[in-house]
Amino acid sequence: MNLDLSPELRAFRDEVRAFIKAELPADIRDKVRKGLQLERDDYVRWQKILYKKGWIAPNWPKEYGGPGWTPMQRYIFDEEVGKSGAPRVIPFGLVMVAPVIMKFGTEAQKREHLPKILSSEVWWCQGYSEPGAGSDLAGLKTRALREGDHYTVNGQKTWTTLAQYADWIFCLVRTDPAAKKQEGISFLLIDMKSPGVTVKPIVTMDGGAEVNEVFFDNVKVPVTNLVGPENQGWTVAKYLLGHERTNIADIGRAKHQLARVKEIAAAERADGGSLLEDEDFRDRIAEVELDLIALEATLLRIVAAETGGRAPGAEASLIKIKGSELQQQLTELLIEAVGYYGFPYNRDAMEHGWNEPPIGPDYAAPLAPAYFNTRKTTIYGGSNEVQRGILAKFVMGF
Amino acid sequence: MNFAFTDEQKLLADSVARFVSKDYPFEARRKLMASEEGWSRAHWKSFAELGWLAAPFAEDHGGLGGGPVEAAIVMEAFGKGLVLEPYLPTVVLGGGLLAAGGRRDLLKALVEGALQLSLAWVEPKARFDLAHVETRALRKDGGFALSGQKGVAFNGAAADWIIVPARTAGGIKDKQGITLFLVPKGAPGLTLRPYRTVDGVRAAEVALEGVTLKAEHVLGEVDWGHPLLEAAIDRGIAAVSAEAAGIMGHIVATTRDYLKTRKQFGVPLASFQVLQHRAVDVYVLSEQATAMAYRAAVLVAAREPADRARAVSAAKAWIGKAGRQVGQEAIQMHGGMGMTEEMPVSHYFKRLTMIDTLFGDHRFHRRRFAALGGHVEKD
Repeated sequence: MNLDLSPELRAFRDEVRAFIKAELPADIRDKVRKGLQLERDDYVRWQKILYKKGWIAPNWPKEYGGPGWTPMQRYIFDEEVGKSGAPRVIPFGLVMVAPVIMKFGTEAQKREHLPKILSSEVWWCQGYSEPGAGSDLAGLKTRALREGDHYTVNGQKTWTTLAQYADWIFCLVRTDPAAKKQEGISFLLIDMKSPGVTVKPIVTMDGGAEVNEVFFDNVKVPVTNLVGPENQGWTVAKYLLGHERTNIADIGRAKHQLARVKEIAAAERADGGSLLEDEDFRDRIAEVELDLIALEATLLRIVAAETGGRAPGAEASLIKIKGSELQQQLTELLIEAVGYYGFPYNRDAMEHGWNEPPIGPDYAAPLAPAYFNTRKTTIYGGSNEVQRGILAKFVMGF
Repeated sequence: MNFAFTDEQKLLADSVARFVSKDYPFEARRKLMASEEGWSRAHWKSFAELGWLAAPFAEDHGGLGGGPVEAAIVMEAFGKGLVLEPYLPTVVLGGGLLAAGGRRDLLKALVEGALQLSLAWVEPKARFDLAHVETRALRKDGGFALSGQKGVAFNGAAADWIIVPARTAGGIKDKQGITLFLVPKGAPGLTLRPYRTVDGVRAAEVALEGVTLKAEHVLGEVDWGHPLLEAAIDRGIAAVSAEAAGIMGHIVATTRDYLKTRKQFGVPLASFQVLQHRAVDVYVLSEQATAMAYRAAVLVAAREPADRARAVSAAKAWIGKAGRQVGQEAIQMHGGMGMTEEMPVSHYFKRLTMIDTLFGDHRFHRRRFAALGGHVEKD
């Protein structure tokens, strides 16, 4: 047991760090640092830079274009990217649908989709949740009726993140309404430009609109876009969910946020000193820092087990619970730190290129919206109650 | 970087776990706790033979070349069985100080199982401040005369030597001017008042009235005992953190089993979602506690005292708080049965509760951690 990086890993980390420093465009870094809104082009530009370097898909096997890293290298890479203030890589194509296509897709599907996912030429979104199917995903109703060489799809998806930017959507649809809940579902790839697809933004309480409703009105989808056997979509979906929860802890970003909390607390005044010197607030920060350390140590133990050849199992649920709680604690500290200047609501100030003087400190505008927005983390990706259910079943054996 | 055990460490973990599950059933422990000494000399002899007493010491100190991680492995397994034998006071605290003070002669006896130690670091008015030392050591005839009060000295009655921090210079709260003394059992002027603690181990109040010692009874250097003491306590923290993690692991298993077997309303308690989720929360805390404990065990060997202190305080603060929650939840989930002396879980709860206080509680260590700058990223 040893917690120092080996010289090789240290060199690797330095290489990653130097690369990000040199290649991450300054305007994007600035937006992330200030908590401003990122555009489609910001994400794609950064992802193409990583693609050119061969680092865009750490989770992909080498034969498909992955870098062939060890679990520890992947851990270090994720952490460095998060700490640097680079945008997160949009996971729907690279992390979610790609492994599914590799495992269940036809040769034609692999040839068609994988290279464009890797190069970020195509933006994907996820069509899972429906108005009547949240935690109970298998309750989905979107109907795909087979008619010759195509399916006709009718129904509605919701909470579809960044669907406004997406070229393709992967969907769970019901192909056999007579079968038992989990057994009549199929996994379908749908071109967002197909006639009958409509995207409608959902404005969330922070004022943003990163999620959408997606409507399907007699959308024709070629049968060749079915992934895996018809009515076996639930198996495919479960495989994907296992991938969705990798790096969900986002330790690097949490460290970045923690540094931000301290920076802002140092700038805020309280009782004639800085808020960072306030014993009570310092104690609050320490409490969150300890949770961060505990999560990091837990993750590193899991990485060690993975390196030893054990596939990650239900621990992913543990990490999801604790990682999402940590993200909420950090944004809560930020809104607390800024005090009264959490009040002014100025959506425009969160757009790049807004040139008017800030209301209050220049870091204040995004903090309250970030706090409100982050309430989502314990709900999405399988709510934390669903994760507890998974642990109850698979770890506790209840 | 690797959080995995080496092959030797796995063997050690397996052998201690085997002892706990085979030779330390709860009924046997109950008898030992009620016995006069409160633990078993025969077990102690086995520990020596199995190399567990030598495990955390360097080879040139007569050890097996291990360190705090080996101590943590033993303590985690001991936690699962609530082992009463004084591994913490004799091996971790006392042995660590003998090694730091270069007393290879005594260390040899220790690893052979022929020596018991106590570290009397607690003073009635000091709370958790290690520098607060009122016990005085006055120079007398080329030696020293010690007078003062020490409280809650674990393993005090069984100890062949009690290690006593006493003030040789400076004011009551000064770090400099503290000297560590080896006080032999039965020394004139030394009075012990032994007792059992709420969590089943043995301790004593120690009164020193002009206890006369020679210069050779000084452990380390005169006036410079504080850094040694602080380092020893930090190693103690890493060790009890591992013990706490072991206790939590046991509590998770026993609570899980209880929920599966106990029926109410005609169904097992485990069928109620409210209890499932509470049990899962306890499991999650116990997993994290284990990671925190081993992180501390690795980092307590850091060269820089501040790095060492940050890591052990982080673990102690986090585990102290988590331990309270895990223990309280376990009792709640056992219902009325959890309240009884008869149910082992109540004993695990009591030990876990007292570990929070031991070496400074979670509030004390969160402050120490914050005062050292909190989480610091290395390079």
